[in-house]
Amino acid sequence: MNPSRKQAVLAGLSGVLFSVGLVLGGMTRPGKVVAFLDFFGDWDPSLAFVMGGAASVYLATYLGAAKKRKAPIIAPAFHLPTRKDVDGPLVVGAALFGVGWGLGGFCPGPALTSLGSGSLDVVVFVAAMLTGMGIRTFLNKRGSIANRVTGTA
Amino acid sequence: MESFTPISSLIGGILIGISSALLLMFNGRIAGISGITGALLDRSTTSDERGWRIAFTMGLVVAGVAAAFAAPTAFVSTIDRSTLSIVVAGLAVGFGTRTGSGCTSGHGVCGLGRLSPRSLVAVLTFIATGALTVFVVRTLFGGSI
Repeated sequence: MNPSRKQAVLAGLSGVLFSVGLVLGGMTRPGKVVAFLDFFGDWDPSLAFVMGGAASVYLATYLGAAKKRKAPIIAPAFHLPTRKDVDGPLVVGAALFGVGWGLGGFCPGPALTSLGSGSLDVVVFVAAMLTGMGIRTFLNKRGSIANRVTGTA
Repeated sequence: MESFTPISSLIGGILIGISSALLLMFNGRIAGISGITGALLDRSTTSDERGWRIAFTMGLVVAGVAAAFAAPTAFVSTIDRSTLSIVVAGLAVGFGTRTGSGCTSGHGVCGLGRLSPRSLVAVLTFIATGALTVFVVRTLFGGSI
């Protein structure tokens, strides 16, 4: 198998496992997401266990194994973000994402996973989400006024 | 009303962590859904870059179809939202995650798991605005918007 096909197979398996984790964790229930974000109401802290569990496994792998390697197992190099500065687009983008997350009860992974449920609401959400992503890409290429407002280079 | 499910949520989280760790160790890539899927919408993404992204996204979707058959209750929505709200929410999630270089997975799992200060700021920001949104929807709109 050529390397890029190997990587695609691994990525496919990773996607399946990710999906199962989202479903078991409760992330595909918008009501559970909203209840997690409802700190001042009937708060359900369950989803903190999802993020905490996932980030802990990742941290152990990163510090214990990945950081000691020069390259990943089946790819020529690591592609990891190196930036450390906090800039406008990071904060504005995260803030907007949070509003959408609280309003719709979905972040990108669970929305894609939930397509299988056949819910029309999910299809509408995913279509709008992909449109939003596309608009960002389009604006990046145009170097438009909106970019200057949010500070994107 | 949602019940507290620490065990199943922790198990789900560990599976997500293992999935992301595999992608890091084998492919050297960040398991950030908005980045993986979003780059497919960019025409400048090369075909070499597309294969694994399509495979990951298809893995998510196909496993979701299987899960919907095996456990349909895992996908039940108990919140009351109009189609307009869902459209606005989807646009904000798509535009916001691509502007802020990540979502719950890229920043929340991989970023925090690499002790990235940018990701910590992003996570605190989207949880804060998410909580504020939920608070406003509940108090000003009676939970229905």
